Amino acid sequence: MAFSNEDLAIMETIIKRYPRPRSAIMPLLHFVQSRDGYVTNEGIELIAQQLDLAAAEVTAVSTFYTQYKPTPVGEYHVGVCTNTLCAVMGGDAIMDALKDHLGIENDGVTTDGKVSLEHIECNAACDYAPVVMANWEFYDNQTVQSAKDLVDSMRAGNPKPPTRGPNSLVTWKQASAVLAGLNDGKANEGVQAGAPTLLGLKIAKGETK
Amino acid sequence: MTKLTPILSAHWDEKDSFTIEAYKRHGGYTASAKALAMDPDAVIQLVKDSGLRGRGGAGFPTGMKWGFIPQGDDKDHYLVVNADESEPGTCKDMPLLMANPHVLIEGCIIACHAIRAKHAFIYIRGEVTHVARRLNQAIEDAYKAGLLGKGIDVVLHIGAGAYICGEETALLDSLEGFRGQPRLRPPFPAIAGLYARPTVVNNVESIASVPAIIANGAEWYQGMGTEKSKGATLYSLSGHVKNPGQFEAPLGITLREILELSGGIRAGHTLKFWTPGGSSTPIFTTEHLDVPLDYEGVSAAGSMLGTKALQIFDETTCVVRAVLRWTEFYKHESCGKCTPCREGTWWLVQLLRDLEAGKGTEADLAKLLDLCDNIMGRSFCALGDGATSPITSSIKYFRDEYIAHITNGGCPFDPVASTLFAGAGA
Amino acid sequence: MTTEVVDMITVVVDGFEVSVPKGTLVIRAAEKLGIQIPRFCDHPLLDPVGACRQCLVDIEINGRAFPKPQASCTIPVEPGMIVKTQLTSPVAEKAQRGVMELLLINHPLDCPVCDKGGECPLQNQAMSNGQGETRYEGVKRTFQKPINISSQVLLDRERCVLCARCTRFSEQIASDPFITLNERGALQQVGIYENKPFESYFSGNTVQICPVGALTGAAYRFRARPFDLVSTPSACEHCASGCDMRTDVRRGKTLRRLAGDDPTVNEEWNCDKGRWAFKYVTSVDRLTTPLVRNASGELVAASWPEALAAAAKGLKAAKAAVLVGGRATHEDAYGYSKFARVALSTNDIDFRSRVSSDEEREFLAARVVGSSTTYMDIDRADHVLLVGFEPEEESPIVFLRLNKQVRKRALKVSAIATKLSIGVEKLKGKFVKVAPGQEGAAIAAQSLTSKSVILVGERAAESAGVLSAVAALADSSSAKIAWIPRRAGERGALEAGAIGNLLPGGRPVEDAAARVDIAALWGADSLPSAVGKSTNEIYAAVNAGEIGALLVGGVDPLDSDNCQAALAALDKAFVVSLEIASSAVTQRADVVLPVAAVTEKSGSFLNWEGRPRSFDAAVHDSLNRSDLRILSMIAEEMGTSVNLATVTAAIKEISSIGKWDGARASMNKVSVSSHPAVTGDQFILTSWRRLLDLGTLQQGEENLAGTARKTVAVISPKRAQAMGVTDGDQLKISTSLGSVTLSALVEDIHDDAVWAPRNSRGSQLLVNLGVAHGAVVTVVKA
Repeated sequence: MAFSNEDLAIMETIIKRYPRPRSAIMPLLHFVQSRDGYVTNEGIELIAQQLDLAAAEVTAVSTFYTQYKPTPVGEYHVGVCTNTLCAVMGGDAIMDALKDHLGIENDGVTTDGKVSLEHIECNAACDYAPVVMANWEFYDNQTVQSAKDLVDSMRAGNPKPPTRGPNSLVTWKQASAVLAGLNDGKANEGVQAGAPTLLGLKIAKGETK
Repeated sequence: MTKLTPILSAHWDEKDSFTIEAYKRHGGYTASAKALAMDPDAVIQLVKDSGLRGRGGAGFPTGMKWGFIPQGDDKDHYLVVNADESEPGTCKDMPLLMANPHVLIEGCIIACHAIRAKHAFIYIRGEVTHVARRLNQAIEDAYKAGLLGKGIDVVLHIGAGAYICGEETALLDSLEGFRGQPRLRPPFPAIAGLYARPTVVNNVESIASVPAIIANGAEWYQGMGTEKSKGATLYSLSGHVKNPGQFEAPLGITLREILELSGGIRAGHTLKFWTPGGSSTPIFTTEHLDVPLDYEGVSAAGSMLGTKALQIFDETTCVVRAVLRWTEFYKHESCGKCTPCREGTWWLVQLLRDLEAGKGTEADLAKLLDLCDNIMGRSFCALGDGATSPITSSIKYFRDEYIAHITNGGCPFDPVASTLFAGAGA
Repeated sequence: MTTEVVDMITVVVDGFEVSVPKGTLVIRAAEKLGIQIPRFCDHPLLDPVGACRQCLVDIEINGRAFPKPQASCTIPVEPGMIVKTQLTSPVAEKAQRGVMELLLINHPLDCPVCDKGGECPLQNQAMSNGQGETRYEGVKRTFQKPINISSQVLLDRERCVLCARCTRFSEQIASDPFITLNERGALQQVGIYENKPFESYFSGNTVQICPVGALTGAAYRFRARPFDLVSTPSACEHCASGCDMRTDVRRGKTLRRLAGDDPTVNEEWNCDKGRWAFKYVTSVDRLTTPLVRNASGELVAASWPEALAAAAKGLKAAKAAVLVGGRATHEDAYGYSKFARVALSTNDIDFRSRVSSDEEREFLAARVVGSSTTYMDIDRADHVLLVGFEPEEESPIVFLRLNKQVRKRALKVSAIATKLSIGVEKLKGKFVKVAPGQEGAAIAAQSLTSKSVILVGERAAESAGVLSAVAALADSSSAKIAWIPRRAGERGALEAGAIGNLLPGGRPVEDAAARVDIAALWGADSLPSAVGKSTNEIYAAVNAGEIGALLVGGVDPLDSDNCQAALAALDKAFVVSLEIASSAVTQRADVVLPVAAVTEKSGSFLNWEGRPRSFDAAVHDSLNRSDLRILSMIAEEMGTSVNLATVTAAIKEISSIGKWDGARASMNKVSVSSHPAVTGDQFILTSWRRLLDLGTLQQGEENLAGTARKTVAVISPKRAQAMGVTDGDQLKISTSLGSVTLSALVEDIHDDAVWAPRNSRGSQLLVNLGVAHGAVVTVVKA
């Protein structure tokens, strides 16, 4: 996709966040994904040009980080935590079930382009295990069935909302824009915390049974 | 009488806790106002006196770290907040930032003042869209409220999926726009950190702890905790427990006490093994229930306090499977820079897969331990060391279980039994 | 003279004390004692990285031991340090064995078909510091076997140990970060951006410093085993940088050339042309016997006595002049110089077979001959001014040295040029933009100090007044001057007096005492006293019938800015040509005498510093004779004697010429020409040669040619806009003689100027247009 003048202006503001332009490479890669859906050659060359780098230097960075995708992912990118704790508590079963249910392997995309699947590492929500992420939003305490329902809702074009996140699930590209540091106005949506986060506080306040 | 001390978490139960209004409602940004009126050195001294130590794992005294920044050197100084929380089991900083991002921003203001920095960067991991939203909005609101932008700027930098960026020098390289691989030390970040300028890198919880310390004084903070581990901290309980969650308590509380407060191991099961501070800290067993969870106590018992990520596994869990999965994680996250970690984790995974599948031999166990010996202390950074911890500690406590896999020709455990929804008909 | 005080630190390694300068790394302190700590990523000219972990040793400082072994390649010595290597520490020994084992688990066992086999640090150190048997029974990591990362470099990722030497070289030394480490963890691998190959002028160095067989050169791949090669130290004949080299020969054929290690000159690097352009010796149609033009006008094979007699006869029969190309060795140039004076009684000799001027000749005599500006002066300079000189294209090792200082201490570099070059951009140089021909006017405005260095290229002669201005600036600022010609032999030829205004040793022809000096050395009664003609004057004199014979060695008439006149003169005169291969000169010659190529003889070049770069014959069984020997034989045949039968004799004679203590020749000030007004589709042409182009010595190197920069015509954004031209459009550049049509590139160049490469595929300006710099041309969108 060609980048518009407006896109270029946004990229300029991203670069200006930093004392040195090269620091902007990561948000710019997220930004490229917000427009192209993955790290395209056009995006790499544009970043190289804007930061006065060789394209190889941009590739070196983009291939280091797992969130930058060399090929398109689904509109809803689903990550199932299969690090030890989540795996043991059901993550493995969920991952197996989703592969089977969607008919795709790890890193695969459904033919309709709606859902892609990736096994992910610990996502800092262990007290909500097993955890599933979609476009990097939290879906807590999942079961095989809830995960299947979730991907079905995505394929139906009406994804279930995250457990701790905005009122509705945004698309991969929209989420990538947030990760580029752009404000989508949804920060105040959703809960401030889930029950496990508050457990210690409630006990301290004597609010538990 | 509960031992819990909600400070950071005190107001998380208010629906709007993440807003600037809610934060101010409870005295937010008064500590920074107080600190800005103080001499920077006095702020450093106060933090030193409080006994606050790094909450990211290493436990280095925070005030002392600040004191290493050269003064009057006419160079830019930087504060970098490590919000890359990725250590398996660790889940304290993300809920903290989701529920109250402003406490971190206020901490940044105080820390920047103390170390004479004009710029703070918050490096948050990239796989948490909503936490990034909250933090970004909070920074915007702090600017609007005039709290930022008058001599102190805070920039949110969002990562893109690399555990290694939690290592402070890898984080700095990543923040500078390079591959997140660790740097040679020396020079240490205090002398040549971000952009080769004096830099303090602190964990989210460390910086977030500072406003309360400024507000209430060093003595107040010192009054909590143990002799060398002062203050309170977030313990994250997860796994096969009745009620997982965050518990803010003085350093030195024991797992037994936390389990008692929270309701214990899940019904009908018993504790088998647990991590005191994430997967890189050698595992503990039932014999360690009364180990004081402070820096010294855990260390004396042969592990590390780490991030206080208490991952609990009951008797249904196969330790070989658990360790294999962690090892696969280290292989996936090894940055590739040094030989022992890159090649070593590649080999460890293959040995453990064979062992778990019952295809190993006792000689493989010896090989595994020797390989760990060739990785531990030989790698460029601590990631390689961390990769060996679960292996060596699990063989220490559960050697018989490894042998059982060999003699059985496979794993004797039923993976379904250890799931959350076991018996729930899922 | 200042002496730098170096703090010395004494440390103990394996029980032996050693004193080394402060800052020395432990691994090198050990080396000083002869203790070899195994290593892969370590390289003395690259920043330490500590990645491979092979060099782990035990260290204690003042009784405090490090808790774990340390990478000796990253730790500088400290007072009170005690180091225990694998020789005395069981912990270090086990650590090293452990790392070696890990390096080998994923390494393929393809040593029998690997180019590196036999000279492989991994193979060698696996033998010395590894264990015989592997304990690894797992699955090896596999990648697609070698992939081309450029037309001349292949990458085998399975063999790579990820030491990052190649990527660090490309970034830190060459400033060409086109290869990088990609991916992560066990999948980390060296790679390029898929649309941009590793086209760096210095890429071959990565092949040389690769400690395994991961990077190989297409030209050498599968050609030989190191133990079948005979290696000879040599010097590079391609440019005036003066690289120390090693030439590897098997059965009389050069199979590869490597950069030699000379810390004062090329350190351990060279450029790809020096490394990979050597097949010209064998691929071109080499002359094997003398040729003499017979009565019917055909060149036919002749015996040596017959040919020498014909040459002597023809040279005696008419007034003769000598043209010797800039690629002659110092000794050969000396032979031509002496031959002109002794056998032909003339000062009509010129080594400048290229665009040149009288201003330049005076400048060379007044400022350059005998001077001694060196690489060290660049290392110490506060400011380096480039005039008519693109170091990356025209003397690549000078570029690397500048780049090193730019990176190390932000050396200030300024370039007076018509177009901003890639090289100057990489040096972060200040681009002083001038119109072609107006370079001289910009020089006076430069403020330099006595610590500054002016690097002047041979192209400075192409604009009037430049060299006069350089001389004036050097006088007013006390800055040092260095003249850096493109060809390897020019400085030697200058010192040898192969030019009309100088005798050997910088002695001015016009100075009677100087003539007496040299006449005495040569045993001649007297030497001709009139200043000789320059190259173009010689051609003109032939065409005017004033000169009837030419002795020509190693000249390409197409390098002249007046090739029509040059070819006409060669057609007209009686020509004796000394050449290695058939050329425009031999085709017009009356006597052709085959000579040895540089690899087939010994000798030396003087690099731009004036530093001798001597070499032995790498190919020993050649029957070819050096120019020097043949000149002696012609002289004998003419009844006189130059008495230089061997290179040794020439070296001995040259070294007996003392330093000239008489007055230096002076220089007449030349003014800058007026700037022609250009209107409409008129531009002023400017150009230089690229490092990789159609140069004769690059013949037959297809892989090398594949990495040459694209042929483009460069115009400024303003002119491009006016013409409605964007990148990639075709531009036709024409003169009355002809035209070239090239792809447009819009870049930072003077608005009046159009730039094109001087001698690249599709753009041979001197031949196609008859001009190369400063002339008004027409440019239209094609």
